[in-house]
Amino acid sequence: MATGVDERPVRIVDAPLAPPAENLGLLSVFKRRYLLKLLVQREISGRYSNSILGVFWSYINPLTQFCVYWLFMGKIMGMSDAKGMENYPIHLFAGLVIVHFFTETFGAGTRSLMGNKGLLKKMAMPKEMFPVASMLVSLYHLVPATIILLVVCLFSGWTPSWETVPAFLLALGIVMALGTALALVFSLANVFFRDFGSAVNILTNYIRFGVPMMYPFTLIEGALGDKSWIYLLNPIADAVLLFQQAFWVGATPDPEVSAATLPDDLWLWGLGALGVSLALLVIAQLIFSKHENKIPERLT
Amino acid sequence: MTLRQAQDTAADSIVVDGVTKNFTLRYHRSIKDITVAKMKGRAVSNTFKALDDVTFTIKQGESVGLMGLNGSGKSTLLKLISGVMRPDHGVVKTRGQIAGLIATGAGFHPQLSGRENIFLNAAIYGLSAEETAEIYDDVVKFAELGDHLNSPVGNYSSGQYSRLGFSVAVHIDSDIFLADEVLAVGDKPFKKKCMEKMEEIRDSGRTVVYVSHAAGSVKRMCDRVICLESGRLVFDGDVDEGIEFLHYGEDDGKGSAAQKRLDAADSALGAEV
Repeated sequence: MATGVDERPVRIVDAPLAPPAENLGLLSVFKRRYLLKLLVQREISGRYSNSILGVFWSYINPLTQFCVYWLFMGKIMGMSDAKGMENYPIHLFAGLVIVHFFTETFGAGTRSLMGNKGLLKKMAMPKEMFPVASMLVSLYHLVPATIILLVVCLFSGWTPSWETVPAFLLALGIVMALGTALALVFSLANVFFRDFGSAVNILTNYIRFGVPMMYPFTLIEGALGDKSWIYLLNPIADAVLLFQQAFWVGATPDPEVSAATLPDDLWLWGLGALGVSLALLVIAQLIFSKHENKIPERLT
Repeated sequence: MTLRQAQDTAADSIVVDGVTKNFTLRYHRSIKDITVAKMKGRAVSNTFKALDDVTFTIKQGESVGLMGLNGSGKSTLLKLISGVMRPDHGVVKTRGQIAGLIATGAGFHPQLSGRENIFLNAAIYGLSAEETAEIYDDVVKFAELGDHLNSPVGNYSSGQYSRLGFSVAVHIDSDIFLADEVLAVGDKPFKKKCMEKMEEIRDSGRTVVYVSHAAGSVKRMCDRVICLESGRLVFDGDVDEGIEFLHYGEDDGKGSAAQKRLDAADSALGAEV
């Protein structure tokens, strides 16, 4: 028989009476960096678990894309001889690196909540952890790809300019913010309707053609004329152009001529894209917070 | 507010006020299914109340048994208290750190090893790496998993799985301990150990919410029983009356026959200790 509650000592709890597991969204994710670190480590080891090639898939995918685009777009369709196009392989590769960072964040982020349902159904934690962890894993995979890009650039006589580092960082910032925003919304939507997971694959296909990586920006200017600003509304296109500014321009025989092929106010467009991406991130967080309480019961 | 009242509210550990939780049951998901259902005049979806206007308060240090038939809303209530889910209506408030098991298992990641899961689980409870390292040896010792600790928990048996989950949960220095059918799996010696550990937690003045179908273990653990029936709170009070309320002793009248039946029910449920 249990001893009466009056006979036992009562622990004095020095904490306010509050709703359990209060969640401040991305702010909570930032506060609980140690948990985030463990989740990122887990995803790095888990994303390609049970596969022989493991993490190399992260490079095989962009590498095969590179080969296909280089052969078909560059050689057969004659893109590498297009006007204003010097050193086509680097133009292509620089674009692929940043686009792949985006598509990997978008894709893995969308699957992240479903993939961690074992935890989400039993433990209380900020659910934003998982899309954010997906983005950070993709960022981690970006490091070796960037090193390869740098080595290739150096071999083709690359001269960095003062614009290299800021352009690189600005492009990363745009993709991190936009990728996380989309990962938040789509991971949530994917819990309710699995269709969204399939839709992401189609979307990422279009992204590759909607950015100046396998063709030069001058092609768009030629086709759209003074309406080419429509093309620049795409933040990913701006990020790719910033990557071209950072890597490709310095690797061409005449950087000044190459830089002139990029949009005139690229920096303005880049900063605008970052602002828009951050605004989208805030909106994504609001949507996520509104619906996240339905997630555990829908994870079947 | 008098001083006495202030002290009383300060001692509230769990406050559940007018809590309702609806679940949506979906018959049809695809456009094709929905169209067919609409044409035949069938419901596309319906909701049911897993919890319906439940209100109670648990004081710090109380040990409460949560009882009811399968599907009466016990686990949903624990999920709301632990913060895994949020109520659709009403308020749930808790004081201090919560740890425990929900629906027999812990939240583990099947691809990670037992060791990695201990760290991940502890981190979700809010422990730092150093704090986890401090309790690590005790957790491992209590779980008695030996070499299995280095293999992925996806390969564990259900008994091993819940051993590890229980072991992590009891070693968190929580103010509120939630135990959901912890004794449903696990062998007899481990059940005994679990029961003793939970009594230790209770006797240290921490709040315990214990879900079980085993009347005997509820009698031993708890000093109050809350019964749910189809999501509604139907009984809140004394342990013996609560068990009586649930008709666990039905048809037997009183005395030794009822006790025998209790014991039989407990051993059938695998909760004898």
